Amino acid sequence: MTATTVETPRKKKLSPRKRARRMRIVQYGALVVLLLIGVLFIDGHQVQQVFFRPDMIAKTLTSNLPLAFFNTVAFTAGAFVFGLVGGTVLALMKLSQVGPYRWLATIYVEFFRGVPALIVLLTFGLLPLALPGLKIPLDPYGTVWTALGLVSAAYMSETIRAGIQAVPKGQIEAARSLGMPAGMATRKIVLPQAFRIVLPPLTNELVLLTKDSSLAYVLGMTVQGYDLTKYGKDLTNTHSNLTPLMMAGLCYLVITLPLTFLVRKMEARQARSK
Amino acid sequence: MSVTAEQKIPTGNREDEIQIYDLHKSFGDLEVLTGIDLTVHRGEVVCVIGPSGSGKSTLLRCVNLLEQPTKGRVFILNEEITDPDADVDHLRTLMGMVFQSFNLFPHLTALENCTVALTQVKRMSAAQAREVGMENLHKVGLGDRGDSYPLQMSGGQQQRVAIARALSMDPELMLFDEPTSALDPELVGDVLSVMRDLAAGGMTMMVVTHEMAFAREVADRVIFMDGGVIVEQGPPSEVIGSPKEERTRTFLRRVLDPTHVETPDDEPSKGQSTPPEPPVTGRPHRPAIFGH
Repeated sequence: MTATTVETPRKKKLSPRKRARRMRIVQYGALVVLLLIGVLFIDGHQVQQVFFRPDMIAKTLTSNLPLAFFNTVAFTAGAFVFGLVGGTVLALMKLSQVGPYRWLATIYVEFFRGVPALIVLLTFGLLPLALPGLKIPLDPYGTVWTALGLVSAAYMSETIRAGIQAVPKGQIEAARSLGMPAGMATRKIVLPQAFRIVLPPLTNELVLLTKDSSLAYVLGMTVQGYDLTKYGKDLTNTHSNLTPLMMAGLCYLVITLPLTFLVRKMEARQARSK
Repeated sequence: MSVTAEQKIPTGNREDEIQIYDLHKSFGDLEVLTGIDLTVHRGEVVCVIGPSGSGKSTLLRCVNLLEQPTKGRVFILNEEITDPDADVDHLRTLMGMVFQSFNLFPHLTALENCTVALTQVKRMSAAQAREVGMENLHKVGLGDRGDSYPLQMSGGQQQRVAIARALSMDPELMLFDEPTSALDPELVGDVLSVMRDLAAGGMTMMVVTHEMAFAREVADRVIFMDGGVIVEQGPPSEVIGSPKEERTRTFLRRVLDPTHVETPDDEPSKGQSTPPEPPVTGRPHRPAIFGH
């Protein structure tokens, strides 16, 4: 009798449920070990001094945070509106009967999806060098809105197009059979349903855009135009302390967490109504 | 356009609501309709029956130009809808259409489904449209469900809202494309009784259906289609009761006795019943006659 023949029957005795329980114990064990390492080797006070120093928290809050917060929201909202309008136009172009419209939309989408948003922003920031007469209105907002809007329009157009195509053909047929002209059927029947379908993915796009708005710092603007990231980074550099940057990060969460929560709710509702 | 068809046009008879002359429709190489001539008179209820793929739904969809015919002419109330200069949108307001899959607008309530075309197409005031919509919802027995959304309703209720939506446009005639085929069996009765009331009220109706009992009871004329042509037509007592054509007999045998399955060597002329077969789980074998 060899060892293996003795081992095998004993292993087989372990029921799936018992094995699952053993796995769970191992996982909790690993967690406890990690926590112990953290408690033993990390100096909590030192960490707090670098990341969350109380006087720096106060300084960050009072010095100019509301303006930075407002700028981030303003950059994002403007770029989103720009992208939404542009994305809808591009989506309708992609679905057009006219070939050149489809080609133009495709070229646009592939170009702006393939180029880093940072480069687009820089290009727009330096555009006045190439075209001396050019003055983008509402600077720096206009520049950020245009650049980020152009990029997000490319992404959104694909989402919106998918939404339009997800509306069943029978909806158009029903609208047309009631005597609605094609344009009216699109506006009154197809687009409202398409936007309902793409609301969750578009909100995700808004979350991405909120974070991308931090790229605005490359435009090198005045204090008045600082967004959250630039604001936090500036204070962090001045005081050699990471607290302001952490505060900026938390501000992003204040904006994005409700949005992702909203997306989950909307998706659950859509799943129910199917 | 053949000369004989040309001679028949136009009749100028106000009693002829739908006139179809030499209608052809192909999808690519597939010929679905191969020369249909048909006139539907005012107040007439015409039921179109036939095997699936026989072109009956395509025929109906050519009447309001949801499908563009390949050849032939269609007149609605003596106006040619197949004329390139025709005001198709206006002609469509004269005929209500009811679809197999209801096609209600899911983002609008039952009442809004009825009123959206009234306010948008007919430029009716919101209050007046509301009145018309409610009146028609009452007519189909759903006066209390005006604020419900389509997805909150059963299939039978949705189809009745679809009928109310079509009726709200005050159409001259109604087209029904297999209105009960997507319904659970116990919900079919409500929809058919609404249609029965409509027919009794004198509405001109063209109904593509598989409900033989309904056709037999309500239709003034039954049309049997197969392979893109009208094979046989006449009063229901003749077409369903004692069909002249072999193809009609074969079809009715299959529809009225679903357990009967044709086999390749099952001569239709034998007529007598084959021994009962075990229930078919897959697609029943089709005799070559349906293989167009």
